Amino acid sequence: MTLVADCLRADAHWRRWEIALAVALPASWWLLPGQALLASEIAILALFAVSLDLILGYAGIVSLGHAAFFGVGAYAAALFAKHVQPDPLLGLAVAVAATAGLGAVCSLLILRGSDLTRLMVTLGVASILYELANKLDDLTGGADGLQGVTMGPLLGRFEFDLTGRTAYAYSLAVLMFATALARRLVHSPFGVSLQALRDNRLRAASIGLSVNARLVAVYAVAAAMAGAAGALLAQTTGFASLDVLAFHRSADVLLVLVIGGTGYLYGGIFGAIAFKLLQDLISSWTPQYWTFWLGLFLVALVLIGRDRLIRPWTWRMARR
Amino acid sequence: MLTLIFDGIAYGMLLFVLAVGLAVTLGLMNFINLAHGAFAMAGGYLTVLLMNRLGVPFLWCLPIAFVGVGALGALLECTLYRPMYAKPHLDQVLFSIGLVFMATAAVDYCVGSQQQIVQLPAWLLGRFDIAEVGIGKYRLFIIVVCAALTVTLQWVLARTRFGSRLRASVDDARVASGLGLDVNRLFLLTFAVGSGLAGLGGALGAEVLGLDPSFPLKFMVYFLIVVAVGGTTTLTGPLLAALLLGIADVAGKYYVPKLGAFIVYSLMIVILVWRPQGLLVRTGAQAGGR
Repeated sequence: MTLVADCLRADAHWRRWEIALAVALPASWWLLPGQALLASEIAILALFAVSLDLILGYAGIVSLGHAAFFGVGAYAAALFAKHVQPDPLLGLAVAVAATAGLGAVCSLLILRGSDLTRLMVTLGVASILYELANKLDDLTGGADGLQGVTMGPLLGRFEFDLTGRTAYAYSLAVLMFATALARRLVHSPFGVSLQALRDNRLRAASIGLSVNARLVAVYAVAAAMAGAAGALLAQTTGFASLDVLAFHRSADVLLVLVIGGTGYLYGGIFGAIAFKLLQDLISSWTPQYWTFWLGLFLVALVLIGRDRLIRPWTWRMARR
Repeated sequence: MLTLIFDGIAYGMLLFVLAVGLAVTLGLMNFINLAHGAFAMAGGYLTVLLMNRLGVPFLWCLPIAFVGVGALGALLECTLYRPMYAKPHLDQVLFSIGLVFMATAAVDYCVGSQQQIVQLPAWLLGRFDIAEVGIGKYRLFIIVVCAALTVTLQWVLARTRFGSRLRASVDDARVASGLGLDVNRLFLLTFAVGSGLAGLGGALGAEVLGLDPSFPLKFMVYFLIVVAVGGTTTLTGPLLAALLLGIADVAGKYYVPKLGAFIVYSLMIVILVWRPQGLLVRTGAQAGGR
């Protein structure tokens, strides 16, 4: 009994590289002042990917429609700022609450069925929201996007400016807070039970875990985090358009997570950095056809295997 | 009203021919192939290029599209797809999305991103009326071709030795291979025929659905809906789903143009929540990916 408890506790220890990451992320704010806009995008994408990792890596739910929550969060924050209150933190809270509710409702749809069913239902939910946002153009601005959003200063003092340094600090703070929260969550008994039901749902149910309640809970949490990422995007750019709900966003975040690796929580952060830099690099090289190289990269990634591609030194180990 | 239903049926039949290969792939190897639309696109472009550049008549293009894309499918199956069967669904999804991205960009690079236009022969243009129902000749042609294909497929599946082997492998690939069936070869053949059918569907549908490099992504969702809603264990399931989808889509776009796609997706979610394994499922068949 104590052995199990020790094992779990050892697993939850802060590792050295985690601490280094926790130092490096804030330090990047001082070290890369000129890259704040790109860095802010990376932080938002990382938060989005970490939220997907919660349901994909820990609960084993394959989703092709995670952008639904990202988009709803973005629209909620933008609409709140436009019509009610321009304070960013309040808007963030509203977006998180809205997407958590939406996530809890949508989770009821993905409890049953196979992987394909889940893919289709999540994709369908995102598409429905996309269509809704397109049709309700009085509210969302339709294809033109929601314009005229002016954000208030952060904490009443720091204005969002063109250099994006406030935006980056804000995104980074939310990312680190949310990741710490997610870390606490996945090392709690709740998180461990999620992994149990990911590995074998039938067995998890038969040792007395209430599978459905856990799935609903983790889906709502992940939705809330994705909503926070969407809200950050809308607030830092002062704009929300249909693009936030588009299919490619769901696909991109999946790629990010796969590049970074699933099931250890930081995959989203590393993946987001790699993905954005790669995208920046390739699209400056061939702007029109960069999806070809992205596709080639994906195919190679899956065929060779992610672990072997990222850790070439393990090739020799396997041969031995 | 009846014209709408007629158009919907034509659309649905087309979707069925496009998606049936996907249904078999999924049922047989439990492989989620999002790149299926890329094969359809290949068929469409093959037709357009043959007709416009080489002046091959339209009717000849259809079998060429079938055979050409089928061969392409067989080639890809041998080289790229086979190692994917044992991988988790997530890897399969990423792999096939990667293929779609590559196909889209490659077509964009080679042919250009503009919409391609198929010049139909004169005898397929125009429409006539039967008892107040306006019937487009080309749509009728689509229905006839697709119905013939459906009947043939059903016959092959139900009556021939190949069909019974295929059904056995879909029900349980392990037991089937234990009984001495060469499941891999069976699958190679099926995959080739399935992608050939997609190519044929793409060639037929280039005029109706429109053809540009975003084709695989745009229609991927529709194929997946057909398969997910119809289930993978029968032919009737996807057929029913395709017809339902075709009619709902055409009627939805006509009556409530503002909510066209909305209806389709809502319908899909309702059906999937009601019957997660698809409309028609033989109980006991296939453990699925649970």
